[in-house]
Amino acid sequence: MINFIPPGLVLIIAGFLLPLVPKQLFRIIAFLAPIITIFIVLQIPDGVLIQRTFLDYSIEIVEGDRLSRLFALIFSIMALGGTIFAINNIKTKELGFAFIYAGSAIGVTFSGDLISMFVFWEIMAIGSTMVIWNGLELTSHKAGLRYALVHFFGGVILMIGIIGNINQTGSTNFDIVTLNSWAQWLMLIGILINAGAWPISSWIGDAYPEASASGMVFLSAFTTKTAVFVLIKTFPGTDILIYIGLIMIFYGIIYALLENDMRRILAYSIVNQVGFMVTGIGIGTEMAINGAAAHAFAHIIYKALLLMSAGSVLYMTGKRKCTDLGGLYRTMPITTICGIIGALAISSFPLTSGFISKSMISQSAADLHLTYVWFLLTAASAGVFLHAGIKFPWFVFFQKDSGLRPKDPPFNMKISMILFAGLCIIIGIFPSILYSLLPFKVDYVPYTSGHVTAYLQLLLFAGLAFFILLPQMKRTLTISLDTDWIYRIAGYKIIQFLSKELKLLIDGIKGGTPEQINSFIEYIVKYHGPAGILARTLPTGRTIFWVIIIFALFLLLTLLS
Amino acid sequence: MESEENKNIHWLVRPPTIRLLWIVMFLILGLVILLQFFAHIHGHFIIDESFGFNAWYGFIACVLMVFVSKLLALFVKRKDNYYDD
Repeated sequence: MINFIPPGLVLIIAGFLLPLVPKQLFRIIAFLAPIITIFIVLQIPDGVLIQRTFLDYSIEIVEGDRLSRLFALIFSIMALGGTIFAINNIKTKELGFAFIYAGSAIGVTFSGDLISMFVFWEIMAIGSTMVIWNGLELTSHKAGLRYALVHFFGGVILMIGIIGNINQTGSTNFDIVTLNSWAQWLMLIGILINAGAWPISSWIGDAYPEASASGMVFLSAFTTKTAVFVLIKTFPGTDILIYIGLIMIFYGIIYALLENDMRRILAYSIVNQVGFMVTGIGIGTEMAINGAAAHAFAHIIYKALLLMSAGSVLYMTGKRKCTDLGGLYRTMPITTICGIIGALAISSFPLTSGFISKSMISQSAADLHLTYVWFLLTAASAGVFLHAGIKFPWFVFFQKDSGLRPKDPPFNMKISMILFAGLCIIIGIFPSILYSLLPFKVDYVPYTSGHVTAYLQLLLFAGLAFFILLPQMKRTLTISLDTDWIYRIAGYKIIQFLSKELKLLIDGIKGGTPEQINSFIEYIVKYHGPAGILARTLPTGRTIFWVIIIFALFLLLTLLS
Repeated sequence: MESEENKNIHWLVRPPTIRLLWIVMFLILGLVILLQFFAHIHGHFIIDESFGFNAWYGFIACVLMVFVSKLLALFVKRKDNYYDD
């Protein structure tokens, strides 16, 4: 008998129902499912709630603690906010996939063992790929395929790591892992791919902006932040994460500065913000972990707000490039104001949510006297204002008069923006709301006169730099090559070259050899070639596939019994 | 004092308004530096307590980042139909 429905399952089941039900019921389910999920998440107590045994392994489908409740809460709030924004403009099946995606992210946060964590992790990859494929344009399909390849590649690496780790330690515990051998390194790499760590970071800027206006609002929240959650659980205090985080921070800033597509600017700034969290996890003190968790919470809200604002512009104008936009403040006042609030929050402006979360990460670096980390984080804080805080609102809403006169978007989209803008400010003014939810006790006061003064100086002079350098920042109809160039262009060229050269070589050899040898080669190819019966892969892959199917059925049956 | 041509454009982008905005911006920038006389910035590395540190550090950091991005652009910038088949 179970006392709790796994909270993620509510959204997943709702996700499967949404495309099938009539329109009236569609709206009811779409709003009710996230609300029920929020309610259940808040009820989850500490400790293992649902435990089963599968193939001798202990499967803990729901295990609650402060960290998992924090992430599950913001994921379910996000599902609700996203639904309000999307309800008038999203395809039914797209919202269904978004729910499956959100539900499996919540599933990861409550997983008590590595096996169920991995299963939910992979469902997320499928759900998010389907959200991208429901995007607006033809390019969405190709971008979604590249996205899926990156994530299934990351999934395979993570799976090998998990299996190795279970073999070595004999435990499936989803808990702190030390980097002892290749298995743990593979786990770390697999998780970092989902976090968008450089060099496998370009998928964020490549794929997310190809989703629909509402699709990207959902996409911005779950994949990278679930990776942050898993990193906090498994690798807190791992030094290398400090450096990886710092690289992500500056990579995000530099590429966002060069970008012309408004939603790709925001995509690169996801990498930048997750970089702050990864750095915090690498520092690993209680203050730093609190900071990383709080920053993830605050980030999901303001990034969704920014993407709602950008999504509204895309929805009303059909345009996404800064070179086509500008001057929209005249006719889109609510979108402009909400976009500015999101931009101030991401820049950690005092009285916004970013200020009370990010400063904990900087403080933890100062406490440990990590001098260069602190100075780089401070420079990066100025850089966030530069690349997202001013650049996004300036080029979309002000800049030049593009001649476009779109109205503010429909009612529900305005409401969702106003709600999330309100959250950014409420959390900024009353930090104790968020602090009381954090994994460790908070002993930190963000609002001291000195701290506020320091931040105002830093950010306002970054603003001065922006306007002085404005001629340098002028947008052009260009893109910037990123690491995805390696598999989009270089890899393709290499395969093309090799297949051409190899064919010449083989033809040359065939021409010079006797008929008997050639027919012998054909005989070999028939049985051992790519399509030959003896060249089929070992049935391991298929076995794993069926084990996972059985596992899913098993979970469903035991939960219902 | 408004000239005829200014009436057709939004008040926010008329040249007098923009001039006013620049003046207000510099006033605010001056104020946040002067604020440091009243609010002690508690530093951790000596230099970050010095007068106006955050102001010049933030400014220079941003100039450097723009400079680095322009430098990188020399190598990675392509026309935006680069990937189109």
